[in-house]
Amino acid sequence: MEKLIKRGAEAEIYLAKWRGRKAIIKRRIAKKYRIKEIDDDIREKRTKKEALMLAGARRAGVSAPIIYDLRIENSEIVMQYIEGERLKDKLDFKKEDEQMEICRKIGEGISRLHSDGIIHGDITTSNLILFDDKIYFIDFGLSSRSEEIEDMGVDLHLLMEAFKSAHKNKNLFKWVREAYIKFFDRGEEVIEKIKEIERRGRYMRKVT
Amino acid sequence: MISLGIEGTAHTVSVGIVEKINDKCNVLSHVSKMYKPKEGGIHPREAANHHAFYLPKIIKEAIDKANINKEEIDIIGFSVGPGLGPCLRTAATAARALAIALKKPIVGVNHCIAHLEIGRALTNCYDPVLLYVSGGNTQVIAFMEERYRVFGETLDIGVGNCLDKFGRSIGMNFPCGPKIEEMAKKGEKYIPLPYSVKGMDVAFSGILTACLSLIKKEKIEDLCYSMQETCFSMLAEVTERAMAHTEKEEVLLGGGVACNARLKEIIKTMADERGAKFFSPPNEFLVDNGAMIAWTGLITHEAGIRHKIEDTKIKQNYRTDEVQVLWRN
Repeated sequence: MEKLIKRGAEAEIYLAKWRGRKAIIKRRIAKKYRIKEIDDDIREKRTKKEALMLAGARRAGVSAPIIYDLRIENSEIVMQYIEGERLKDKLDFKKEDEQMEICRKIGEGISRLHSDGIIHGDITTSNLILFDDKIYFIDFGLSSRSEEIEDMGVDLHLLMEAFKSAHKNKNLFKWVREAYIKFFDRGEEVIEKIKEIERRGRYMRKVT
Repeated sequence: MISLGIEGTAHTVSVGIVEKINDKCNVLSHVSKMYKPKEGGIHPREAANHHAFYLPKIIKEAIDKANINKEEIDIIGFSVGPGLGPCLRTAATAARALAIALKKPIVGVNHCIAHLEIGRALTNCYDPVLLYVSGGNTQVIAFMEERYRVFGETLDIGVGNCLDKFGRSIGMNFPCGPKIEEMAKKGEKYIPLPYSVKGMDVAFSGILTACLSLIKKEKIEDLCYSMQETCFSMLAEVTERAMAHTEKEEVLLGGGVACNARLKEIIKTMADERGAKFFSPPNEFLVDNGAMIAWTGLITHEAGIRHKIEDTKIKQNYRTDEVQVLWRN
């Protein structure tokens, strides 16, 4: 009944059924290169943490999958399957005003996460799904808690880079930024920080 | 084409001579001297004095061993950075003197990239993710869009520095890695240590602090074992993540810490599990060596990159991704 849909470096993602509903199972797989003591501990901690962050995101008012079940012994999270369109594939085909609307929602979503001290850690358009006029944030596998401007800046900067490398419209990040600042009182500070992060060059994809 | 390279970024001063035959790297000779502080960590000025003392001798020795005339050398390469200022300046001065005396072109080489290129030249890998682990550097590097990009790195100290600092505190001499490796073989119990992976980055200072605080409470063998297992598992994880991210199927080792047999085993296991290939050059080319500088200088020169003597100022903070990699398409 389970169908493997993605194999990442850390986890496998399965499409499955949970009490009659379409569900996603994220399973952190055992790594032979690590001794069992480390491996078991890491997988358990990360599974718990991801579940906590997912729940935290929803509590912050951000659309994210609902957790159906947590199976710590298997390092598994069973969660809601989000129908809808992965932004990476669909964003470029939307009309400009729709793109603007989507980007504003993304900005608002990130501002809510950051206001509550949640750093997603991997905001790319692969991890954003448009469903029912809402933007769903998925994959909280790299997320963490922080109130630091630096961490928020790095979080947003990744999205900026993702826009640059995978999408055509040059205004996408500007719209995200506008909404982010509007809804988050420390937004301006974070945007300033991004300029510094850019200058460091570390995360640059293209150096010109 | 024959190239002579001078390496001098930290402890080791080394001269290597390589030749390119049929597009292959043939190492004709390499001679190294390592500065070992009597106590504590590296003292940059003393290390530079050490390098200045040995350089004339090892240049001559390398040329003799290569069995060539000095006039046959076509290019002089040297490590322009990153590294300790006084050491870099000493190596650069020797390279400039040699280039002027022999009337040959001089090429400044990025040390981290040299580790990667010598690995590519001496193993059969083509487009690897490099795990570069030494005292000062810990980086996961791969080629993308005309540059070698750093996908992950240490947020605080190099993994070798972590091992060395711990080793020194229990009375070992530099380099402590091999001694810790021996001790770790006798370890039986895993002591939990802070496993610190942030995305594709790693941090080691927490492990060091934890180990130092446990010296009197736990067996040294167990601490060495736990430290190695924790540090190396973290490295394997970020390397795997970089491989998944860049969709590359080869992993290559570089840097002195990669001489550790347990690290090799862990990275190889990781590679096997994901159906990727594992590569490591012989240990003498994992540690800092002049041959890697000579080889990288040679391919840089062949790609048409020219440096004037005036452009050979050292770069202590030279970043891996600053270099335009024109020799790869």
